Amino acid sequence: MYYLYYVTLFALLVSIIADRKKTFTAIKISCKKFINIIPAFLTMLILISIVLFFVPDKMISDYLGNNDKFIGLILASVFGSVTLMPGFIAFPLCGLLLKKGVGYMVLSAFTTTLMMVGILTYPVEKEYFGVKVTIIRNVISFFIAIIVAISIGFFFGELL
Amino acid sequence: MKVKSGRLKVLAGAIYFVFIVISFVTGFKPGRQIGDNFISFSIEMLKILPCAFILIGLFEVWIKKESVEKHLGKDSGAMGHVWVVLLAGTTVGGLYVAFPVAYSLFKKGAKLSVIFTYIGASAICRIPMTIFESSFMGIKFSLIRLVVSIPLVILSSIWLGNYLEDRNYKVMEGK
Repeated sequence: MYYLYYVTLFALLVSIIADRKKTFTAIKISCKKFINIIPAFLTMLILISIVLFFVPDKMISDYLGNNDKFIGLILASVFGSVTLMPGFIAFPLCGLLLKKGVGYMVLSAFTTTLMMVGILTYPVEKEYFGVKVTIIRNVISFFIAIIVAISIGFFFGELL
Repeated sequence: MKVKSGRLKVLAGAIYFVFIVISFVTGFKPGRQIGDNFISFSIEMLKILPCAFILIGLFEVWIKKESVEKHLGKDSGAMGHVWVVLLAGTTVGGLYVAFPVAYSLFKKGAKLSVIFTYIGASAICRIPMTIFESSFMGIKFSLIRLVVSIPLVILSSIWLGNYLEDRNYKVMEGK
């Protein structure tokens, strides 16, 4: 993740050297855009903090581990859609579940919906793209995640 | 109507924060946990968002509309999708970073299907995340996931882009 800082710093330096005034305008645009979207981010953070309290990691691993694989697939994709987790928490969790015997298909349904479907990011997405597009994009993403999970299940020999 | 729902939101937010503060003072466990969640996710996002927005600002002043139009616009064809998948590979964070970036690309003349590909791709094929993923789930898992999902993302984005363009869709203003 640190490369983001290096890239930003480098871009800023180059920009300042090239044109001080333009850089100043850029920073002003950055601040304005950031401030405009803060309310949506706050709404999202409040939702995340509440949902994660009701759906903690432990509950997710309990449910994914104790089921028939198709029920697992459905549960995993629902959990993945309604929660939000950074990768550095999600993948170690999945690695652990894998060792416990949870199938690749179920885990991929969880991680793929986690990445692609954002019910909790809805407040931010709708600010930029509107309610309708946000809903369509998330529904499509949900089905893509299911197809990905089934393909993974197929290639890992969990389906046949 | 709009003012009213805005006020309601502010009120709900205020109640939330008062609840968190009281929970921390009185040691009410569920409230403290929710507060901890809020803080840890805020920190996570604050590590990324300022840089992301500075880059967006620099992008807005330095990159010419014509060059975005040429490579990602109406006549960019398939290459437009290839470029944004590569750009998405370097994106940090998650969807919440992809939205403002996609929005700026759109304002500079990228076509709709291309920005939806960008959003989808930055969810699924960020390179640092994929490397991390494969270390836990195996390379085969990551490869199948990418090979299956990227074409689906591109196809669905083209469909969604065309669908919206037929209906004269407008992206929100002034963000």
